[in-house]
Amino acid sequence: MSGIISIGGYIPRLRLQRKAIAEANAWFNPGLKGQAKAERAICNWDEDAVTMAVEAARDALTGIDRSQIDRVVIASTTLPFQDRQCAPLIAQALHLRNDIATLDLTTSQRAGTTGLMTALQAPTGGLTLVIAAEKRRTKAASPQEMSYGDGAAAMVIGANAPAARLIAAETEAVDFVDHFRGQSRDFDYVWEERWIRDEGYNKIVPPVVARLLKKAGVSGDRIAHFVMPCTLSRVAQGIAKKAGIAEDKVRDNLHAVCGDTGVAHPLVMLAHALEDAKAGDLILVAAFGQGCDALLFEATPALAGMPQRRGIKGSLARRKAEGNYQRFLAFNDNVVLERGMRAEGDKQTPMTTAYRKRDMITSLMGGKCRICGTVQWPKANVCVNPNCNAFHSQDDHPFSDQVGKVMSFTADQLTYCPDPPACYGMVTFEEGGRFMADFTDVDAPDLKVGMRMRMMFRIKEVDAQRGFVKYFWKAAPAA
Amino acid sequence: MAKGIKDKVVILGMGCSKFGERWDKEADDLIVEAFEEAIKDAGIEKNQIQAAWFSTAIEEQHVGKSGTPLAMALRLPYIPVTRVENFCASGTEAFRGAVYAVASGACDIALAQGVEKLKDTGYGGLPQRGRGHLNNMFWPNISAPGSFAQLAAAYRAKHNVGAEDLKRAIAHVSVKSHDNGARNAKAHLQNKVSEEQVINAPIIAEPLGLFDCCGVSDGSACAIVTTPEIARSLGKKDLVSVKALQLAVSNGQEASHNSWDGSYFATTRVASKRAYEEAGIRKPREEVSLIEVHDCFSITELVTMEDLHISPEGGAIKDIRDGFYDADGKIPCQIDGGLKCFGHPIGASGLRMLYEMYLQLLGRAGPRQRKDTPRYGLTHNLGGFPQQNVSSVSIVGRYEG
Repeated sequence: MSGIISIGGYIPRLRLQRKAIAEANAWFNPGLKGQAKAERAICNWDEDAVTMAVEAARDALTGIDRSQIDRVVIASTTLPFQDRQCAPLIAQALHLRNDIATLDLTTSQRAGTTGLMTALQAPTGGLTLVIAAEKRRTKAASPQEMSYGDGAAAMVIGANAPAARLIAAETEAVDFVDHFRGQSRDFDYVWEERWIRDEGYNKIVPPVVARLLKKAGVSGDRIAHFVMPCTLSRVAQGIAKKAGIAEDKVRDNLHAVCGDTGVAHPLVMLAHALEDAKAGDLILVAAFGQGCDALLFEATPALAGMPQRRGIKGSLARRKAEGNYQRFLAFNDNVVLERGMRAEGDKQTPMTTAYRKRDMITSLMGGKCRICGTVQWPKANVCVNPNCNAFHSQDDHPFSDQVGKVMSFTADQLTYCPDPPACYGMVTFEEGGRFMADFTDVDAPDLKVGMRMRMMFRIKEVDAQRGFVKYFWKAAPAA
Repeated sequence: MAKGIKDKVVILGMGCSKFGERWDKEADDLIVEAFEEAIKDAGIEKNQIQAAWFSTAIEEQHVGKSGTPLAMALRLPYIPVTRVENFCASGTEAFRGAVYAVASGACDIALAQGVEKLKDTGYGGLPQRGRGHLNNMFWPNISAPGSFAQLAAAYRAKHNVGAEDLKRAIAHVSVKSHDNGARNAKAHLQNKVSEEQVINAPIIAEPLGLFDCCGVSDGSACAIVTTPEIARSLGKKDLVSVKALQLAVSNGQEASHNSWDGSYFATTRVASKRAYEEAGIRKPREEVSLIEVHDCFSITELVTMEDLHISPEGGAIKDIRDGFYDADGKIPCQIDGGLKCFGHPIGASGLRMLYEMYLQLLGRAGPRQRKDTPRYGLTHNLGGFPQQNVSSVSIVGRYEG
C-alpha cells in the first residue's frame, strides 16, 4: 500500500500577537481578552495560499527527484482564483514536468485529507505531490481572527519505501454547516461554537474513528500520535478518550504558536507529528468538515532516513513577532489605507508575455552557456560573458534553489511598497549569475553586503482592478 | 579611420529656461523661452535652422511622442525634426544628433532642444511608470534613489569605508551644489544648506537622505550648432567647439554577469576614456578645467569623479572633502548647481550642462564665472540605473582653429 514518502511544511515568519488583536478591539468586543494569549501565524503582504504551497512543496521535495512527480494536488479554500487552476501554476514554479495530472481541491475543510486519501488510494504508480495551504481572511474583532492561522504542508505520496505507510482510511460526508463562505464573499459565517462541538465534532467524528480502528484491527491504546485539528477546548481529548487513545497521545493543535490553518491544518499537524515519530509509531489523523476523514499511518524505518529539511518545526523557529495589528489589517486589505499616487499605476499582466516567459518568470529558469559554462539569468540569445558572447548557446539552468549573496542593497522609502521600506538589491549566485531582486522577510537594519539569501516564490503585485495576482521570486535571508 | 568630432562643429547660440516648478507654464512655453534666448544669441533667423533634434524622456506625461511637439511649439518650417530618448541622457543625444548632422555636411545649422514638464504628476520625484511588459514582471519596483543608493552599499564594501565617512562625503557634495545654486538665478533651488542639515534629513532610500537626491523640474534648454566657418562668416569671434562626444551603453553585463561589483559605472569609465582620446586629453586631472556631471544623487557624483579618471579609484572621498571639486577648487563640479540645484527637467539636462560650459568658456557666467577662463569643459549625462544605463561624456572647449 502507498504511503508518505516525504513531508514538508511552511508557516509564515510573522506571528501576530493575539494581545494586539484584543487590545485594538477591546472597545468593541471586550470578550476577546479571554483569547489574548500567544500568537498566530500571518502571511507577509506578499504571501498567499499559492506561495505557501510552493514553499511547503519545495520542503517536501527535499531529496526527491522532481521529474518523478506525476500528479500535483493543491487543497485550499483560499486559492486566489475561482477559475484558473493553481496546481499548474505551482507545478510551473516547482519546474515539474508538463505531462502530469493536476487537481485543485477546495470548498471543504477536509480538502487536505481528501487529497491525501485520494493520492494514497490511487491505483496507479508514480509520485503524487499533495499540498494543502490556507490563508483565510477574517473580520476584525471576530473569534476567527484570534484562532485562525496561515500555513501550508505538503506530502509526497508513493508506494516505494514510504516513511509512513497508510494502514487504513475511512470517510463520512454530512451536510453539517458549522460555517460557510458564500460565492464572492470574503469572510466565513460561523454558527454557535457549543452546537459545533456537541452536534458536530462529538457526534460525527467518534464513529468514523471507531470504524477506522476496527477496519485496521488496531485498538486505540496503540495510537502514538492522535492528530485532530480542533481549536475548541478539550474536544480532541474527549474524542481520543472515546476511542481508547491515551490523552498524552493527543497532538498539540499548535494554537499557541500558529493557529488553525484550516484545510492545511491536518497536514500541518501530521507533518509535525512525523517530525517526532519513531519507526513503528501509529498515527491517526481525524479531520472534521461536513463529515470526517480519518487516516491511520504507521511510521517506518525510512522516516529516520529522510534528508534534513525545514519542516514545521523549522518554520515555527523562523519567527518574527508582529505586534502591529494595523499592519495585519492593511496586509489583508481590511482597512482602507492611503497608499499614495505611486500605488495607482496600471498593473495589467499581458497574458501573452506571461505565458511566453513562464520558465523565466514562474520557474526562475536561467541559462548555462555550453561554450564557456557561464551561468546566467535570464537565459538570453547571446551569452552575457564578455569573453564569449556566443549566440544560441544556452541550456536551461534553474536558479530557484541556488543560494545567493547580497552585492548591493537599499531600503527605499520613496517607491510604493505595501510594507515600506521596499528592500531590494543585487543578488549574486554562488554558481554564477545575478539579478536585481526584491527582498522579503527581512528587516532593513539587518541588510548587509554579503548576506546569504535564498529565493522564495512570492506575490510580485496584485492587479486589484482585474483581480489578478502576479508572482515572482524574491530573495529572503537564508537560514 | 574615423578622426572623431573634434573642432568640426561649434556652438552658435544657446538658451535655457528658468528651471523649477513652473506651474503656470506648458512644455511649449518652456521650449519658446529657451529658444528665444538661443536664437538671439546665435544672431540668426529661425528659418535658417535646417534640422532639429528634440529630446524628451517621459513624454507620456507632457508632450507625447515624435518630433512634432518641437516643430509645433516653434512653428518650424517643415524641416526634419527627430525626437530622441535615452533615459536621462536624452538631452546629450539631441546635441549629438545635431552636431553629427552638421559635421557630416548634411546641414549647415541645426538645433538641439530638450524639454521636460514633470510637475504635473501630483507628487514629488519621477513619475511611477511601467518599465516594459517583461521588465514589469521581474524588476523590483525600483525608484531612482533606491537604485542609485545601492552604489553606496557596494562602494563601502569594496573600499572598506565606514557608513558615516561616506555619508559625510556625499553630504559635502550636496552642500557644495547648494552653494553654487545660490549664485544661479535660473536654478530651481537657490538656497544654501549645511552639512548637518544634509546628514540629518529624512531618509529617502538608505543611505540617501532628502538632500542627497535631486528633485525633478520643469524646463527646457537648447543649442544651435554650425561649422566654425559658418560661425565666422556670421561674425562670431569667440567660439566654443565640440571636442568629444562619446556614449557607452550597458549591454546587460553589469546586470547579469558577476564581473561588476556595483560600486562604479562601467559605462562612464569607457565613455570618458574614449572622450579624452577624441579630445586629445592625456591627463584629465591636469587638463580639464570644469565638469558638469549627472549628480542625480550625491553618491552618483562621488563615484563619477573616479569613473571620469579624475579622482583615483577609492580617492573621491578625499578629493571631495578637500574641496577639489568646490567652486573655488581645482576642478569645480556643478558650478551652476548641477541637477541637484539647477534642476533636472530630464530631456533638457544634458543641454543645460553644455549651456553652463558654453557660458563659462565665453566668460558669460555672471556671479559664478570662474576667474581663469576654462579651457576644457566636460559634461557627463547619465541615464538609467547603475546596473543598466547609458552614459554620455562630452567635452567642449574654446575653438583655437
